[in-house]
Amino acid sequence: MTPAQSSSDRIVLGLPSKGRLMDSARAWFADRGLNVVRSDSDREYAGRIEGIEGVDLALLSAGEIPRELAAGRIHLGVTGEDMVREKIPDADAAVRLLTPMGFGHADLILAVPDAWADVETMDDLDAVAGRLRAQLGRPLRIATKYHLLVRRFLRANGVADCLLVDSQGATEGVVRQGTAEAIADITSSGATLTANRLRPLVDGVILRSQAQLCLSLTAPKASAQVKTLDALASRLDVPALASVAQPQ
Amino acid sequence: MSASRAYLPGGRIGDGLDRLAAEVARIEALFADAGAQAVEPATLQPSAELLTLYGEDIRARAFVTQDPVDGELMLRPDFTVPVLRLHLQGGVSPARYRYAGPVWRRQEPGSTRPTEYLQAGVEILGDPDAVAADAEVFALIRDALGEAATVAEPRTGDLAIIFAAIAGLAAPERWKQALRRHVWRPAKFRRVLEAFGERPAPSPARAALIKAVEQGEDALRAHVRALGPLHGARSFEDVLARARELAADARIVLPKAQIDWLEAVLAVAGPSAQALDALRALDEGGALSPALDRFARRLEALEARGVDAAALPFDASFGRGLEYYDGFTFEFAAPRSSSRLPLPPLGGGGRYDALTQRLGHAALPAVGGIVRPEAMIAATGPAGGAA
Repeated sequence: MTPAQSSSDRIVLGLPSKGRLMDSARAWFADRGLNVVRSDSDREYAGRIEGIEGVDLALLSAGEIPRELAAGRIHLGVTGEDMVREKIPDADAAVRLLTPMGFGHADLILAVPDAWADVETMDDLDAVAGRLRAQLGRPLRIATKYHLLVRRFLRANGVADCLLVDSQGATEGVVRQGTAEAIADITSSGATLTANRLRPLVDGVILRSQAQLCLSLTAPKASAQVKTLDALASRLDVPALASVAQPQ
Repeated sequence: MSASRAYLPGGRIGDGLDRLAAEVARIEALFADAGAQAVEPATLQPSAELLTLYGEDIRARAFVTQDPVDGELMLRPDFTVPVLRLHLQGGVSPARYRYAGPVWRRQEPGSTRPTEYLQAGVEILGDPDAVAADAEVFALIRDALGEAATVAEPRTGDLAIIFAAIAGLAAPERWKQALRRHVWRPAKFRRVLEAFGERPAPSPARAALIKAVEQGEDALRAHVRALGPLHGARSFEDVLARARELAADARIVLPKAQIDWLEAVLAVAGPSAQALDALRALDEGGALSPALDRFARRLEALEARGVDAAALPFDASFGRGLEYYDGFTFEFAAPRSSSRLPLPPLGGGGRYDALTQRLGHAALPAVGGIVRPEAMIAATGPAGGAA
């Protein structure tokens, strides 16, 4: 359920409901003359957008926005590219990334213990996974919450004998706890990695992500809605929006 | 379209289902006549062994579910491993098994492949005459195809020749081991092979590690220990051991002629008789001879079963997409048609002698094959008029 259900002539813009991502998104739209106004109580996930007609606002958790875009329940959304590519298996068929927004920078990287003096590359990681399999009869464990992206990356690099173990938070700590040998996680500065004596592999960048303005390719596009998307394209100076917002 | 099934509109009720059921019964009777007993593995299989065999990739290909008691389970993505497990739990070798039922595969978004389809198959376990068993399974699958055999296009390969070629390289055993591990990942295999040849200078970190090895045991231990603590399953000693191997590897190069030779072996393709000649011509050192002798005897055994063996298409790299095969491999490709979606191979199979060892048991000669009854019917005509 989307908080704001659009009628057939309006479009819905989904924004992150809290945190730095929300503040940055609000500022980004404000710079372009559109003001996101929250309801009286900051706790309510409701608000409206001022400065343009025909746009409803949906405040959602950043992790829900990809799914709402893919399902066509919102037309536009702001979320990290990492979220889009992790949560939508066939992202390019469901969502168009219109423009990077210059905030929410985060790289999804694969990191190993500093003490693995012999491991610098994905090929090294694969070789070590083969040794673990041969010596201990078990795979090398990689802790992550980005299962889809990491699995695809491992496959593309021909890495075998790895097992993904789920870690939904404090992933950098799991190697110290002994529940995984390596991690794949978001890093912005690298400071947490260093503090945990982990080091990214030189070719272990899985995705360089930042916040993106995203267009749903599945949301309904009646003529009034296309007109609004066109108006937004020029207000936001995102030409890609005008060229893809064709009626169905 | 709830009445439709893999490749067959209307295959779940009425005439369409009757035709499919009759076809499956015909195939099962054929396998029974060959002495195979029925076996029926559970639909839900424990994940652990499938993960051990296939690695993380299987999670992308199989439907995974959770049970509070049994842990992670998978809808069986094929029959071979579950049948082998049943045999290892109490079967007596030699044995022959047959089975028929659905398997389930997750597909990439946008794929037209079905998530559920039927397989009917046969496995011959513990037969010491590998050449005869290979030919028998090939002929059984051809016969199981029935009418579809007339339109299917056979392809064959033999991974034993690749393993023999790897064994014949003038390279350290650990290099051969690295190549064997990636036979089923051709792109990675090539990268591993080329990394053994002429290569760029090592990175500064790698150069420092090699220098520490050359300075002696104490220097190496100090070098690694200075980097930080070690956690997880990997030991300090293993880091040192691989560092020593890397230092040794840095001093040797696999000659380009050896790399070219292996790639030439992998590239051999053509009618079997010509492919055999081409491989014989490449086998100056004799490393391939035992594998090629088996290839030659298998062609004779196939000929005896009414196969035009000399003309049978052979590709030395065929079967490298099918992890766990390690000998003869074959498939019967569906004819291409513009009027319907592409069909998968109508049948196929191969030898997997090493699989029981990977499951922690003694080696057991094993060869098997399957047909896809729904695809067979789709390839030979309309589905009983139910479409």
